[in-house]
Amino acid sequence: MDLKDKVPRHASFTQHQQKWEDPSILDYSRRIESPFLAFNQTHTSQIKVPVQHGVVNELVQASKVQDWDPSAMLDNLSFLEQKIHQLQDLVHLIIGRKGQVLGRPDELVVQQQQLVTADLTSIIVQLISTAGSLLPSGKHTLSAATPSLEQSGQFGGVVFPSAQGLNDGFQPQNAGGCKVSGLPNSVDISRKNGNEQNHIIEEHELKDEEDVEEGESLIPGTYEILQLEKEEILAPHTHFCTICGKGFKRDANLRMHMRGHGDEYKTPGALAKPNKESGSEPTIIKRYSCPYTGCKRNKDHKKFQPLKTILCVKNHYKRTHCDKSYICSRCNTKKFSVIADLKTHEKHCGKDKWLCSCGTTFSRKDKLFGHIALFQGHTPAIPLEEAKAPAGPSDQGDSNHAANKVGSMNFNFSSNVSSESEVQSSMDIKGNVDDPAGYFSPLSFDTCNFGGFHEFPRPPFDDSESNLAFLLSGSCNYPHTSGED
Amino acid sequence: MKKQKQDNPFNLLPEEIIFIILDLLNRNSLAIKSFSLVCKSFYAVESKHRCSLKPLRQERFPALLSRYPNITHLDLTLCSRVSDASLSLVSHSCASSLRSIDFSRTRLFSTYGLLGLALNCKNIVEIDLSNATELKDSAMAAVAEAKNLEKLSLARCKSITDMGVGCVAVGCRKLRFICLKWCFGVGDLGIGLLAVKCKHLCFLNLSYLPITNKCLSSISKLQHLEELVLEGCFGIEDDSLAVLKHGCNSLKSLDVSTCQNISHNGLPSLINGALGLRQLTLAHGSPVTSSLADCLRKHSMLQSVKLDGCLVTDDGLKTIGNWCASLRELSLSKCSGVTDEGLSSVVTKHRDLRKLDITCCRKITDASIASITNSCKSLTSLRVESCTLVTREAFVLIGQRCHLLEELDLTDNEVDDKGLNYISRCSELSSLKLGICLNITDEGLIHIGKGCSKLVELDLYRSEEITDSAILAIAQGCPGLEMINIAYCKYITDRSLLSLSKCPQLKMLESRGCSLITSLGLKAVAVGCKELTKLDIKKCHNIDDAGMLPLARFSQNLRQINLSHSSVTDIGLLSLASISCLQNMTILHLKGLTPAGLAAVLLACGGLTKVKLQATFRWLLPLRLVQYLESRGCMFQWKDKVLQEKLDPKSWKLQLEDLMA
Repeated sequence: MDLKDKVPRHASFTQHQQKWEDPSILDYSRRIESPFLAFNQTHTSQIKVPVQHGVVNELVQASKVQDWDPSAMLDNLSFLEQKIHQLQDLVHLIIGRKGQVLGRPDELVVQQQQLVTADLTSIIVQLISTAGSLLPSGKHTLSAATPSLEQSGQFGGVVFPSAQGLNDGFQPQNAGGCKVSGLPNSVDISRKNGNEQNHIIEEHELKDEEDVEEGESLIPGTYEILQLEKEEILAPHTHFCTICGKGFKRDANLRMHMRGHGDEYKTPGALAKPNKESGSEPTIIKRYSCPYTGCKRNKDHKKFQPLKTILCVKNHYKRTHCDKSYICSRCNTKKFSVIADLKTHEKHCGKDKWLCSCGTTFSRKDKLFGHIALFQGHTPAIPLEEAKAPAGPSDQGDSNHAANKVGSMNFNFSSNVSSESEVQSSMDIKGNVDDPAGYFSPLSFDTCNFGGFHEFPRPPFDDSESNLAFLLSGSCNYPHTSGED
Repeated sequence: MKKQKQDNPFNLLPEEIIFIILDLLNRNSLAIKSFSLVCKSFYAVESKHRCSLKPLRQERFPALLSRYPNITHLDLTLCSRVSDASLSLVSHSCASSLRSIDFSRTRLFSTYGLLGLALNCKNIVEIDLSNATELKDSAMAAVAEAKNLEKLSLARCKSITDMGVGCVAVGCRKLRFICLKWCFGVGDLGIGLLAVKCKHLCFLNLSYLPITNKCLSSISKLQHLEELVLEGCFGIEDDSLAVLKHGCNSLKSLDVSTCQNISHNGLPSLINGALGLRQLTLAHGSPVTSSLADCLRKHSMLQSVKLDGCLVTDDGLKTIGNWCASLRELSLSKCSGVTDEGLSSVVTKHRDLRKLDITCCRKITDASIASITNSCKSLTSLRVESCTLVTREAFVLIGQRCHLLEELDLTDNEVDDKGLNYISRCSELSSLKLGICLNITDEGLIHIGKGCSKLVELDLYRSEEITDSAILAIAQGCPGLEMINIAYCKYITDRSLLSLSKCPQLKMLESRGCSLITSLGLKAVAVGCKELTKLDIKKCHNIDDAGMLPLARFSQNLRQINLSHSSVTDIGLLSLASISCLQNMTILHLKGLTPAGLAAVLLACGGLTKVKLQATFRWLLPLRLVQYLESRGCMFQWKDKVLQEKLDPKSWKLQLEDLMA
C-alpha cells in the first residue's frame, strides 16, 4: 500500500493528505471492506459506517470550535466517551463473531488487533490533546517537549524537539499511525490537518512567488521542520478531488470543482475559504527542509537554513537541484527551471539590456552608469545591432538576433575584455581581439571588397541611403569574415 | 646643372628659413601655389612644409596625401562624402602626424572608418563630427579609442545617446573641449559620467540637451571648467539650481540663453563661486530686472554681457550701471523696454565699452546716441540697425566722437551724406553696413571711400540712390575690399563692376536686381578678382553666356553662384563645369535652360553639393540621373515659387513696415 512508503513523515504534505483522505472518508465503506469483509460478512460494519460518518462530521465541527472553549472541551470529552463505547462495541462484536468465522484465524486476529490498537491510539491522542489545551501557553512547549506518537498523530507532523536522532526511531511509529487511517477518528484528525495544509498552500500560491529570503534567525527547535519528498515537490498539482481524483493547483478551484459532485458541496460553508483557525489554535512555526542531502536547505546540513513555505521549497528545489528545462524563446540562451522565472525574464529579455564592457548587464541605465563611474576602465558596451543600418539586409534570423543583442560592440581591448568571453563568444570578434590594428587594416578591408568602395560598386544610379546601408551592412559582416581565418 | 643650383640662393638657405618664409606667405593661398610651381626643390619644400589641408573631393586623397606627408590638420568640410576606404587611407598615410580632423560637413563615413582613424592616428587631439546625424553610439565607441583626444565636437549628432557619450567619457580621459549641442539623445547620465571621468574639461557645450540639475552637481565639481554653454536647457530650473551651493568656481564664460526657467533666484547658485566670470549670456531668458542684474554686482572681472531678446527694464539697466565691473561688451539686440534713460545710465558708467549692440531698440532716440558717443569713445563696434526714432543728425555724433570704430551697422536708418561724411573719419572702419539707408547718395560714399581705406565689407543693399561714382570711389579708396553688396541699387552699371575689378581681394559680390549690368562688367570682375568665391547675379537680366565664359576661365575659386532670372543658357552653365570648386548653384527661372542641357551641366559639374532648381525640372530630369547625382553627394532643393513683381525700395520698405505693424 502506497501509504506506507509515501508517508514516512505524516502530514507534511497535502497532496499526500489528500490521497489519504480520499479513500478514508468517501470510499470509506469500500476501504473498510477489505479488512472487514475478510472476517465478517455481516452488514454491521456497513451499518456502522454512516453512524461514524456522522460522528466524523460532528467532530469536524467540534474541532473547529476551539479547545480553549469549555464547551468544546465538553464536546471532546463526550466524543471520547462515545469513542470508548464504540470500541467497547467493537470488542464485543469480535468476541461474538469469534466462533462463526474460522477461515483464516491468524490474519483475522492480526486485523482485529490492529483495529483495536488504532482506535485506542486515537482515543489516547484525543485525550492528550484535550488535556494539553488546558495548559495555558504550554501548548507549544508541550508539543515540542514531548515527542510522542500521539502528538505526531495529533498534529500530523514530525516534531524535532532538539535531538535529531529521534527521527529514526520515530518513523516506524508514525507509519504505524498512518495505518490507522482506516478508522474514522484518525481520519477526522487527518482531515483537519489536511484542511490546514490546504489553506497554507493556497495562501502561498496567492502570494507573489518570490523566494523568501534567508536571514531569519529562528532558534533551532523552536519551530517544526517538515520535509517533502522529491516526487511531492515536483508534482504539478497539490489539491485533488476526493471523488474523481482530478488535480488542481488551487484549493479554490478544487472547491469550485466540487460543486459538480453534488448539492452538499454547494453550501456556502463548503464553498467558503476554509478559515484559518483564528488565533486560538496554536500557531506552530513551520519551516521546511529540502530533501536533497548536502544542500544548505537540508535539515542535516551543519548550517541549516530552513525554507519558509512550501512554495519556497518547490522553487528552491527546482532552481537548485533540477535541470533548467525552460529556455527563453527570445534569446535562446537563458534557461530556467521555474516557469515563473522564465516569464519574468521574458518580460525583460532583449529590452533594457544595459551592458558594461566587463560583461555585467543591468536592467537600468542609471545602474550601469553608476557602475561605470565607480570602476576604472569599464565602459558602456554598445550592442552590435546598433552598428547595423536600419535598412540593412534582414539576413539575421531569430537566433542571430539574440546573439546580436548579447554580443557587444566593444572596442575596449584591455585585459578585462578577455573575461567577457561569454558575451563575445556569440560574435566572431573574439578571435580578433588580440590584434586590433590588423583587424581594421586596409588589407582586411580589401578582403571584404571595401577597397573599391569609393567607386560605388552598386549600380550607378543608386540613391545615397542605400549605399550607406550597403556599407554598413558590409561592415557588420566584416568581423565574421576575418574571424574565420 | 650644378651651376644652376648654386645660382639659386634658396639652395643656400636651410629648410627652416624657407619654412619661415612660407609661414609668412601662408595667408595667400595663390602665393603658396605659385611658390610650389617654381621648381622641383620648391615643390618638395612646400610639400614638406604644408601641415594643413582642405581637400575638395575624396578622389584626390591618394595624390594629396602622398604629396603632403606632414599634414597635421585635415579639413574635410568641402568633401561632402568621405567613404570609410578614403578614411582608412587618411589614417594610414597620416598615422603619426595627424592631430586634427574636421568632418563637420561630411557624410558617408561610418563607425569603421572612425575606428581605423582612432586606432592608427595615435596623436589625434581634435575631431569635429558636427552634423553627423547618422552616427550612432557605436561610432562614439570608435572615437573613444582616440585616447589622446582633447577636443571633440558632436553638434547635431542626434542619434547618439548616453551610452555613446559614456564611451567617450571613459575612453578620452584627456578631453578638454566637448560640444554636444543638439544631441537630443544625451541626458543627465551621460553628462554626469563625462564630468566624473574627464576631469580636465574646460569647455562644455550642452545646448538644447534634456538635462536637469542632476548632472549640474557633477559639472560643478569640474576644477578646470572655464566655459559652460547651457543654451536652451529647459530642464534646468531655479529650484533645482538652489541645490548647487557654490557653482563652478573656475567658470569664465556662461551661456544660459533661452533658459526661461532660470531667473534671479537660480542664477546666483550657478555663478556665485565663479568670481573670475568674464562673459555671461542671458539672451532670450527671463526679464532683466534690477534683482537679476543685482546677482552680478560683485563680479568684478565681468567683461561681456549679452541680453539679446530679453525684456529689459530701466531699473535693470541702472543696476547694470552700478556693477563693480567695467564692461567691454554689451549686447541689447532686440531687447524690448530699452529706453534713453536706461541706456544712458549704463553707458555713462561703463565708459570702456568696446562693443555695443542696440539693434532694434526701437524706443531710443538721439539722446541715447549722444550719451553713447559721449561716454564710450573707445567703441570699436556699434550696431544700430533699425533704431527708427534716431534722426539723421545723431549719426554725425558717431563720426565725430568714436574714431576707433571698426564695425558699424547702420542698416535701415535715417543716416545721410552729412553723417557719412563724419563717419568717414573712422579710419579703422573695416565693416560698414548701410543697407536700406534711403537718404545716402554718392556724395556720402565718396567721403567713405576717401576716409576708410581699411574697409573690407560694405553693404549697400537697397540703398537705391547709389550710382557708379560711389562704387568707383570705394573701389579706389579701399583696395582691401572683400565683400560688397550692391543688390537692388538700380543705377549701378558695368562701370561699377569695372571699378570693383581693381579690388583683387574681392571674395563676395552680390548685385541682385542690378538690371543694367551686363556680361561685360562680369567679365572684368572675373578677370580682376581671382579670389571671387561667391557671386550672386540674380535678376541681372542682361547677363548671358558671354559672362559665364570668362568666369569659367578665370574664377577658379568660385564656390557659390546664383544665376536665377538671368539670361544664361545651357551653354553658359556647361562652361562653368571647368570650375572645380563650384559646389553651390542656384538656377531658378532661367529661360534658356533645357532639361537635356541641365542634365549635361549637372553631370559635368562633378563637385556640386547643393543645387536649387525649379520644381518643374524634377519631372523633366531622368530619375536615375537625380539618384546618381544624389549618390555623388549633391543635394537638390526644388523650388516652386511664383515670379514676384518688381518692387522699388521705397514701396518695399513701406510694405515691410505694414507687415510689421
